[in-house]
Amino acid sequence: MHRLTTLFTRLNLGLGLFACSAIAWAGPALDGTTEKQATNWYAISMFCLFVALTMGITYWASGRTKSTADFYTAGGGITGFQNGLAIAGDYMSAATLLGLTAMVYGQGFDGYLYMMAFFAGWPLILFLMAERLRNLGKFTFSDITAYRLDQGKVRTMAAISSLTVVCFYLIAQMVGAGQLIKLLFGLDYNIAIFAVGILMMVYVTFGGMVATTWVQIIKACMLLCGGTLVMILAFSQFGFSFEELMSKATAVHKLGPKLMTPGGLLADPVTAISLCMGLMFGTAGLPHILMRFFTVTDAKEARKSVLFASGFVAYFFNVIFIMGLAAIIIVGQNPEFFEGNTIGAKLIGGGNMVAMHLSKAVGGNMLLGFLAAVAFATILAVVSGLALAGASAVSHDLYARVIKKGEASASDEIRVSKIATICLGFIAIGLGILFEKQNVAFMVGLAFGIAAAANFPVLILSMYWKGLTTRGALFGGYSGLVSAVMFVLLSKSVWVDVLGNKAAIFPYTQPALFAMPIAFLMAFIFSKSDASARAKEEIDAFEDQYVRAQTGYGAATASNH
Amino acid sequence: MSSAMYQRMRGNPKFQALVAKRGRFAWTLAAIVLTLFYGFVLAVAFSPASLGQAINEGSLVTYGVVIELFMFIFFWVLTAYYVKRANTEFDVLTQEIVQEAWKEHQ
Repeated sequence: MHRLTTLFTRLNLGLGLFACSAIAWAGPALDGTTEKQATNWYAISMFCLFVALTMGITYWASGRTKSTADFYTAGGGITGFQNGLAIAGDYMSAATLLGLTAMVYGQGFDGYLYMMAFFAGWPLILFLMAERLRNLGKFTFSDITAYRLDQGKVRTMAAISSLTVVCFYLIAQMVGAGQLIKLLFGLDYNIAIFAVGILMMVYVTFGGMVATTWVQIIKACMLLCGGTLVMILAFSQFGFSFEELMSKATAVHKLGPKLMTPGGLLADPVTAISLCMGLMFGTAGLPHILMRFFTVTDAKEARKSVLFASGFVAYFFNVIFIMGLAAIIIVGQNPEFFEGNTIGAKLIGGGNMVAMHLSKAVGGNMLLGFLAAVAFATILAVVSGLALAGASAVSHDLYARVIKKGEASASDEIRVSKIATICLGFIAIGLGILFEKQNVAFMVGLAFGIAAAANFPVLILSMYWKGLTTRGALFGGYSGLVSAVMFVLLSKSVWVDVLGNKAAIFPYTQPALFAMPIAFLMAFIFSKSDASARAKEEIDAFEDQYVRAQTGYGAATASNH
Repeated sequence: MSSAMYQRMRGNPKFQALVAKRGRFAWTLAAIVLTLFYGFVLAVAFSPASLGQAINEGSLVTYGVVIELFMFIFFWVLTAYYVKRANTEFDVLTQEIVQEAWKEHQ
């Protein structure tokens, strides 16, 4: 036990989780220490402004959150543009801003490549899923998987995998939040964790989806504006010439002319493809992202949401690319940002501070404060979205449909979801404190892996394949869940890095390429071999579901306000 | 009640036309995205040096960067193209199908 604890402590990579971004990447660690920084009053006052504004919105939203539809999906009345911003807000976490800037700064082209993998899932979600999601779903994505299958069993499975995804993602976000806030604001880790947890509980319990959506929208605007401002100020130092930026960056970077050549990040084809599949299909299986498709009026607005969301995401990734490149010269050549004032030594605050140092270099303490506030707001928004998705899985799926078999009253259901949110909040705080000193990077990887292997296959099969039966869905979903967890557990990122074993049993760090086929295959085999009368009914029911998916006739409509 | 509606819609030749046309369109676009994206990933894995070549003599901008920027823009244009067609042409067709099923009902 003692050995284990020392290992944990030694392996504390602090903000490594942000560098590793949304997956457990075992490449060169952009780790950083997390010593407390001097209190930045600009950051704190700007953050307080954000909190005051969002609290005002939550108060306003609480008056508008009466029915279950209001609570889960803001009454389905969000416009495509608003929802697009909110999706972008949900999707672009602090990892995006800090981790990816650091990645471009450290590895050049590889960071850009990584962003492409994050982006490419969106067009596919639009072409193959957005419309059917909106036409078939109401509050959670299990409305779709359970549409013609056994409500109790399928919803239980979907709720288990949703909650698993939400919990792993929450731990990663909470630990990251604590470290980040300690760094940026000079606050104590535990205070930071409590602040995030309690603010999240307030937003979600009082304001439901209405408040959560507006928190996402405000945060997305702040992130887009802040990033753009830093990018313009930095880029102006190179006369807005990409060629000049490149030549200067290449001249000083340790990779030299190799800066814009694909490097070690995706050198192994199996890992490369598995990683890209995990990011692409994991996105399409994340419960808090899927939930956003039910907040719009109809399929038309759902499509527009993806158009705006992917536009913002693509734009912002390119902003980050330029920020990272400019930082190579502006931050990387300024001794002020290195420990002991020596260029090439450790960056002050660790590798993830690149974006922050850049903002300070081009805009002084005020811009630094603004960007720090943006990063905090970002974490809050993502955590709130996750908590709402988790709470809906408990109240809408488990409580209302499985335990009460659809007989629960609306007020009971809302009460359960509020209790679930508060429980999730305390669980998140508890886990955040528990995992403070541990490397939690693999947990985000696990969340994406489970989303890709447990949620996505059953969801897509239920929409596209007539032959899917309850038995097939259960085997597919559970085998995807178990195999994704096992592959990550036995891979280097947990088996060696966390548990301290010598060699990994599973040779790859990314589970998607292996766990997804298992889930699809199991769903196929156990559906095909299902000869029960119930299975026949389920297959027959596909026809009606198919017409509704295609036309939207009978789809949940926006409630009136 | 709604099952009878679905029955009538399914029987409408326009429904079959909508499903076939929109399905073909969506899968074509999806295939383009998947091919380009995974093609690029394979190029990264198997031939990184070719992506690292400069586009012009003396320039430091590589093919990899240009292709990626192109993909960001191109994928988003495909998204816009799909939304435009689905929200006009296909949605008009969908409305006709639903309305015709209603009329038959009355």
